[in-house]
Amino acid sequence: MSETGIGKSVKRREDLRFITGRGRYTDDINRPNQAFAVFLRSPYPRARIVSVDPSGANEIEGIIGVFTGKDLAADKLGDLPCGWLVKSKDGSDMKVGPHPPLAVETVNYVGEPYGVVIAETLAAARDGAEVVVTEFEELEAVVALDRATKSAQIHANVPNNLCYEWALGDADATNAAFAKAAHVTKLEISNNRLIPNAMEPRAAVASYDAASQEFDLVTTSQNPHLERLILSAFVQLAPEHKLRIVAPDVGGGFGSKIFVYPEETAAAWASRRIGRPVKWTAERSESFLTDAHGRDHLTKAELALDKDGTFLGLRVKTRANLGAYLSTFASSVPTFLYGTLLAGQYRTPAIYVEVEGVYTNTAPVDAYRGAGRPEATYVVERIVETAARELKIDPVELRRRNFIPPDAFPYQTPVALEYDTGNYGASLDKALIKADYTGFAKRRADAERRGRKRGIGFSCYIEACGLAPSQLAIQLGAGVGLYESGEVRVNPTGNVTVFTGSHSHGQGHETTFAQIVSDKLGIPFENVEVVHGDTGRVEFGLGTYGSRSLAVGGSALIKATDKVIAKGKRIAAHMLDASIENVDFAEGAFSVRTSNQKLTFGEVAFAAYVPSNYPSTEEPGLSEKAFYDPKNFTFPAGTHIAEVEVDPETGAVEVVSFVAVDDFGHVINPMIVEGQVHGGIAQGIGQALMEHGVYDEAGQLVTGSYMDYCMPRADDLPNFTIDTTVTPCTHNPLGVKGCGEAGAIGAPAAIMNAVTDALGVVDIPMPATPERVWRALYRA
Amino acid sequence: MYSFDYHQPNTIESAAALRADAEDAVYLAGGQTLIPTLKQRLAAPSDVIDLAGVPGLTGIEVKRDSVTIGAMTRHAEVAASPEIAKAIPALAFLASEIGDAQVRNRGTIGGSVANSDPAADYPAAVIALGATIHTDRRSIPAEDYFKDLFETALAANELIRAIEFPVPKRAAYRKFPNPASRYAVVGVFVADFGGGRVRVGVTGAGPCAFRATELESALSKKLEPSQVDNVEIEYDRFNSDLHASAEYRANLVRVMARRAVAELLAS
Amino acid sequence: MKVSLTVNGRDHVVDVAANTLLVDLIRSRLGLTGTHVGCDTSQCGACTVHLDGRSVKSCTMLALQAEGAEITTIEGIGTADTLHPMQAAFRECHALQCGFCTPGMIMSAIDLVQSANGTLDERKVREGLEGNICRCTGYHNIVKAVLRAAESM
Repeated sequence: MSETGIGKSVKRREDLRFITGRGRYTDDINRPNQAFAVFLRSPYPRARIVSVDPSGANEIEGIIGVFTGKDLAADKLGDLPCGWLVKSKDGSDMKVGPHPPLAVETVNYVGEPYGVVIAETLAAARDGAEVVVTEFEELEAVVALDRATKSAQIHANVPNNLCYEWALGDADATNAAFAKAAHVTKLEISNNRLIPNAMEPRAAVASYDAASQEFDLVTTSQNPHLERLILSAFVQLAPEHKLRIVAPDVGGGFGSKIFVYPEETAAAWASRRIGRPVKWTAERSESFLTDAHGRDHLTKAELALDKDGTFLGLRVKTRANLGAYLSTFASSVPTFLYGTLLAGQYRTPAIYVEVEGVYTNTAPVDAYRGAGRPEATYVVERIVETAARELKIDPVELRRRNFIPPDAFPYQTPVALEYDTGNYGASLDKALIKADYTGFAKRRADAERRGRKRGIGFSCYIEACGLAPSQLAIQLGAGVGLYESGEVRVNPTGNVTVFTGSHSHGQGHETTFAQIVSDKLGIPFENVEVVHGDTGRVEFGLGTYGSRSLAVGGSALIKATDKVIAKGKRIAAHMLDASIENVDFAEGAFSVRTSNQKLTFGEVAFAAYVPSNYPSTEEPGLSEKAFYDPKNFTFPAGTHIAEVEVDPETGAVEVVSFVAVDDFGHVINPMIVEGQVHGGIAQGIGQALMEHGVYDEAGQLVTGSYMDYCMPRADDLPNFTIDTTVTPCTHNPLGVKGCGEAGAIGAPAAIMNAVTDALGVVDIPMPATPERVWRALYRA
Repeated sequence: MYSFDYHQPNTIESAAALRADAEDAVYLAGGQTLIPTLKQRLAAPSDVIDLAGVPGLTGIEVKRDSVTIGAMTRHAEVAASPEIAKAIPALAFLASEIGDAQVRNRGTIGGSVANSDPAADYPAAVIALGATIHTDRRSIPAEDYFKDLFETALAANELIRAIEFPVPKRAAYRKFPNPASRYAVVGVFVADFGGGRVRVGVTGAGPCAFRATELESALSKKLEPSQVDNVEIEYDRFNSDLHASAEYRANLVRVMARRAVAELLAS
Repeated sequence: MKVSLTVNGRDHVVDVAANTLLVDLIRSRLGLTGTHVGCDTSQCGACTVHLDGRSVKSCTMLALQAEGAEITTIEGIGTADTLHPMQAAFRECHALQCGFCTPGMIMSAIDLVQSANGTLDERKVREGLEGNICRCTGYHNIVKAVLRAAESM
């Protein structure tokens, strides 16, 4: 195997530009004659816009224009859509509150943009925004999630602020399971609202060419083709072929850059309106207010067990906060990405889940790293741990008794998914060794002597990655397909340019995708270049989210590479005067099985472009495209074990050890995979102990900066112990499952199980801040 | 940031004159609070007077019974000063705990004390050590200096030249940082001047740093961590926010005091 | 107003408004876009540069305050062909993902190593980097990289 092939920790090729300061992020890009945009934002959680008076701004030197939602509406721009139509359990469609890119009649969360000031300089635009006088009529705001359905009505077409009442599973079978249960464990828990905080704030540089009627929009997107589709088909900014979206280097996304936002939409529109490029870069305060937030659930869960601790049924009722409007994929997160995961790693025969999707006057809530699956894992793993404590069964043993055994795959869960493969006991066993579970009692006693309370917590999570398949998803309301496209373009001299519809914003696709294609073609890694993030260069794509890039985007490239090899064989067979069946391709050469004749990959590529000795039935050229539509989700799974120590005097929690053993199927680049796991764990620990997006009763975001929103820093975290087990995915050509979200999915439950173990309490809400922990002890 | 006129005077007198003449001027020391405030448009001074070019405002002078630190001395310099580490190690330690490395490389003791942020670290030491604030016109004892939230005894255009700390027999500082901002939720500085004279300065808990006199009298009787437990911490006027209620802050005062005493005894 | 300063070894005299931040001078006037802005409250550290050899947040200084100073940005410490040991260690240890916080992180780490005089350990590195926020890596590999670079610096 080559040093750069599949399975090798190849150093990332994108790093050289980043470590030398040569990355090219959206805000680094400037256009000649560009103007600057600053948005007018609502100071109120809910208000009617009475009037907007821009006269003060218009007197400031350098102001080009002040535009409001009315101007966009007059140009017939459509609403920002939600791409997944969820149906309520009574069969009715979800109720969608209208979401104009800039608010027209009412504003519905603090920070919602209702206008934009365009000026020659950023300073002038800021000055202008400050003196625009807007008269609002404040309306009663809906802030508290638990009371949201009994509060004022936010959208005229949405009674009780209820977007949908969704259900999944067999209610009768589940009720029957509870009726015969020897023990029922009940848990009421919340999943805290998070603010994604990719380090690069969102930004856009939009240009419009009146002669060609073409837009060029550079923006911080995880999926530029989707952005193009939405801006064209729904917002009707311009036809798709007149819209080019470029997502250059993007500084992290974690879901928050999947969505189509008001700002880039308005910036693009304004560039046409004023006939000049328009640039906008969010300040971090704007990111806090308006990047789609994540999580925010209230849940009641019940687990029915027989006297031996076998799970009989799980009943879950969740209220999910959707915020003021449905963001691009908001509706699917607490439903299809949540309810379907409630089987976890267990054979629970009957599961029933109901989810209320509820509007509030807060920022829209949508997918954030894990998206639904951390919430599901949190419910399952917290209630399983609680049941173990109630029944006085070792939490490891209780899990083991209920695992889906390795010989039961493919396994149909009671909540729609069919797991293709897995070996949960193997991950658990390895993690127990890594965590030295048998030594825990001694460590706890040592901690006790030092005046600290030590706890251990487990989380045996499952996730579903690479959403699939398209047909089923579309039947279930998805507005887009779930495939990915790839193109392998062999240049005449034999090097290769790969085009992928996946987008890399930290994941290292430029390296990993070059590894798989060079490995497959048997050519040097250096000879493969990866292009992504530009609708002008890449045919189509659905972008990067849900840990799908390698499993779906990588598979598309394998498919395209297979086509290249197949055509290469036909060309080689002709050139070597052999029959196709006798031509083999290995290690970068076409050879004839029945002779010692050989052609290198480069020779065949050259022949394809300079076709002299060439099959008459073949078109010249060697470039192949493929769309890969996965047959099923992939199901990464694993065991995370956390150990924490609590300082009982202050309530401070220290994570002293964190072990993660994950089954991602085959691993292409172990170094990159480990990095993904590290980052996910950090975000999971952040959710459990530090991060919380908090609105006060008046609807103001009180955690609107790094002064108050607690981001994990280096000294908040330990070194992580990472390992893997492998059961290859059965239905994609690489046997891969996806690794981007596992850490964020598994960690919160592991940490909170450890914290509650240390404290000896059933639950404390996330984040387990020092004061909350101190109060839990103080109460006890 | 709003626009303003910028000045870099080279004498204390010219700095004071600029400030007196301007409509609404501010002094700029290390800028680690002022610049973020300006960036957020939370202040709109007519003039910004940068003190970086004024001679005589920097430097550390250590005598047998006092440590004098020029107002423009950066936190990093205090933290790294071997002389201070010898004379009042707790003060060097406190400086090493302020903000983060970049903040310590710019932020100054004069700026911190002049600003009197309720969660700043230095005020705890100023109070506990009974420091003297030397300004361009007078010397202010610590007790008279901190008035209220961001409010001090400084007159409108008064300028801190240096802060003089008496050298205690031993001292210690313990703080519980806000996990988000890293400012002190509570910081307690305990100084033992010998002969049963113990002073305790508390930052973070109230609207400005203050002397914890009940703690002082308990610890003056007997300098032991357990003495702290006998003191009731009144928290009626304590800060209460998203990160810590007044009641929790009171607990932290006790815990940090206990730990500071233990540290002091071990030193 | 005019400010004279040296950036990455080159002398510049730049005419700026008094309310220009150093980071804006670096990014917009000198076109050195490796220095990033990740927040507006002076906490994320993405804008960290060296001022006379020490790490500072260039978003928390007026450009005029840098009069006469020697500024070093990420572009000034090494090139793709001749990496600074810290840059090399970041690559070697996979200490970056999206790359946005990386320039500030590297500049902080260099000052941390230089001012530690060989006394660094894992805890000190973690504490020393508290002024830089990374959302991608969980810091695990950053800590590894800084300790590795410290060996060769």
